[in-house]
Amino acid sequence: MTMDFRLGEGSDALRDEARRFLDEQLTDDLREQMHRTGVHHDWDFHKARVESGMLAPGWPVEYGGQGRDALEVLAMAEEFQTAGAPTYGGSTTLMVANVIRHMGTEEQKRLIVPQALSGEIIIVLGFTEPEAGSDVAAAQARAVRDGDEWVINGQKMFTTNAQEADYVFLLTRTNPEVAKHKGLTTFLVPLRQPGVEIQPVFTVSGERTNLTFYSDVRVDDSLRIGEVDGGWEVMTVGLTFERSLPQGGDSRRLLRAMERWALTSVDDAGRPKSEDADVRARLGRAAAEIEVSTLLARRCAWVQNSGTLPGVEGSMAKLFATEALTRQSADFMDMLGPDGIRADGDPAAVAHGIAEYLYRFALGTTTYGGTSEIQRNIIAQRVLGLPRG
Amino acid sequence: MDLNPSEEQQQLIDAFAAFYAKECPVERVRAAEPSGHDAELWASLRAMGALEMAVDEESGGWGASLLDMALVAEQHGRHLGPAPLIEGQVAAKVLARTGGDAAAETLGRALGDDHLVTIALHPPQGGVLSLVPGGSVADEVVFFDHGRLKCMAVAERGRPVPNTGSMPLADVAVDPAAVELVSGAEAEGLFESARDEWLVLMANALVGVGARSLELGVDYAKERRAFGVPIGSFQAVAHGLADAATAVEGSKLLAREAAWSASEDAARATELACLSCGFSAEAAREASYRSLHYHGGYGFMLEFDIQLYFRRAKAWPAVFGEPSSMYARGAAERLSAARTDG
Repeated sequence: MTMDFRLGEGSDALRDEARRFLDEQLTDDLREQMHRTGVHHDWDFHKARVESGMLAPGWPVEYGGQGRDALEVLAMAEEFQTAGAPTYGGSTTLMVANVIRHMGTEEQKRLIVPQALSGEIIIVLGFTEPEAGSDVAAAQARAVRDGDEWVINGQKMFTTNAQEADYVFLLTRTNPEVAKHKGLTTFLVPLRQPGVEIQPVFTVSGERTNLTFYSDVRVDDSLRIGEVDGGWEVMTVGLTFERSLPQGGDSRRLLRAMERWALTSVDDAGRPKSEDADVRARLGRAAAEIEVSTLLARRCAWVQNSGTLPGVEGSMAKLFATEALTRQSADFMDMLGPDGIRADGDPAAVAHGIAEYLYRFALGTTTYGGTSEIQRNIIAQRVLGLPRG
Repeated sequence: MDLNPSEEQQQLIDAFAAFYAKECPVERVRAAEPSGHDAELWASLRAMGALEMAVDEESGGWGASLLDMALVAEQHGRHLGPAPLIEGQVAAKVLARTGGDAAAETLGRALGDDHLVTIALHPPQGGVLSLVPGGSVADEVVFFDHGRLKCMAVAERGRPVPNTGSMPLADVAVDPAAVELVSGAEAEGLFESARDEWLVLMANALVGVGARSLELGVDYAKERRAFGVPIGSFQAVAHGLADAATAVEGSKLLAREAAWSASEDAARATELACLSCGFSAEAAREASYRSLHYHGGYGFMLEFDIQLYFRRAKAWPAVFGEPSSMYARGAAERLSAARTDG
């Protein structure tokens, strides 16, 4: 064995397949629809992924996957992220399906997993609440047992794609008398039923998410995931499936657009922007950061391939890549000068205003999936061994 | 993908880690200030084969890959080795690659006893090679001038330029009698390759500087107590260290990838050399700055080791240029590739 930074032939092949798929399926119309509605899920696109084996290639063959390894899956996912494809609904669905595969009942595996992998349903996440964000275990949405059913009352924030989804993976409080981590239970709650209210919430990037309300919503005990009051363990397992995510894709798309701009624009004296030292320094800095984001993310998949569950490696990758995107988008707006604020829709906007769009979009990335501050806590404690505050 | 060093590479790392621990404790680094050169360490490094490794077997070396050399450079950086290892290796490598009698003779002297050959990273300006690394202790310097790769004896050695990083730098006047080794496109290609190699090795040395800086800061933050608790339990301290740890970890992956690409992904080698050195420079600077600052007033005292790292993190790469200039060079490579791709 020797050090090798190539992902491997399997990854290269799947990456090529992903590129072909995206050329065909990620049309200008679909991009325009995402921009107009702020919804980053599209059923036709989602089903086309299933048909092309581009939804869950890492899953075992008996579930309809291809048994691909983590680096192969990552290569595909890098392409989807770099292209800006609508994948969020698929990602949350697969994450929950994975939880069910590992912790669900046989009935749940039979009922839910095939529907999730065949693209018939999507599942969204219902963890965050108006009063519980980073401190996710402080969730207050209440579930009370009533015979074979549970009655749920409460609210969830940022239930993205709820308006498209069949189920919400809901974190509820079933025992308010014990320590906060010990009184939580997770359910797969059908969203299309009385008592569920979905209120759209629009974000600064134009992306639509939701506030969801649950009033005497009933869910059968057969849709409880894990033990009663065992919700924290379920969450912990769920989060381990989120550790080999691609990073740096949005930055890569941004950099490519800025490099094209530099090659095709001139300054007042007619000199190509690509020869300007300041422009080059900004482009190079972003290129270095993107390479680092990519390597940190690939390291997670490599760790996973080596048979270990990646942990803090994922925190480093996520922290670095999302903070870098935040910095780069602002920096490239500056590089473009006053034209940097021109948004999509203005024909004079550079590359559909990608820099100013990502300037707004980046805000979400440093928050969801664990804020940068939470990631820094994890790194400080688990990598550096610093004492908890 | 495999991010683990091979068994041989691990042995190399272990051997040099043990070597530096024994031959280059921090007292030696301090003792070598301000000249920045420890002749005894340089002799020991030579005896370890640190120079021979850079040169292929036909030229009298053992033909290590740039990645192997990078792993050694990381140890050199961790211990702030006060010896012109990287410049010496790069000079030997370019001489071996150049061929011809003059280059072979200089290389023979470099690999022989007690004769130090270095390389200037920039062409002369106004007849002077500015801030030549190892220049104040070198016997000969390889340099690039008006399309020609040349070599000359250093006439007036011994007057080092006082500098931030306590390095043995000198401004060296070009001798009209300098020997031309090769000219034209070949000379330029050789010089640019040498500069890329210097950037890669420096990037890896800075990984060592950054990693050790961080350890010093983390150790201090665990021990030092304020308001009744270790200061590392304060998020204001912990988060700065977490950011630095992330950047240093990233710099290590990138610096190793850059070294690996020299033989395995030639199309990206120059780009990655430039980007990695810029990034490592910034990561090491940030790690050493954070760690120094969290030492409070002690960080400002000469007695504490972190200042040794803080100064070198900034100064070592500056001999080539500021990080922005490295990024700009990397971007120019990318832009030229993108232009070719259409």
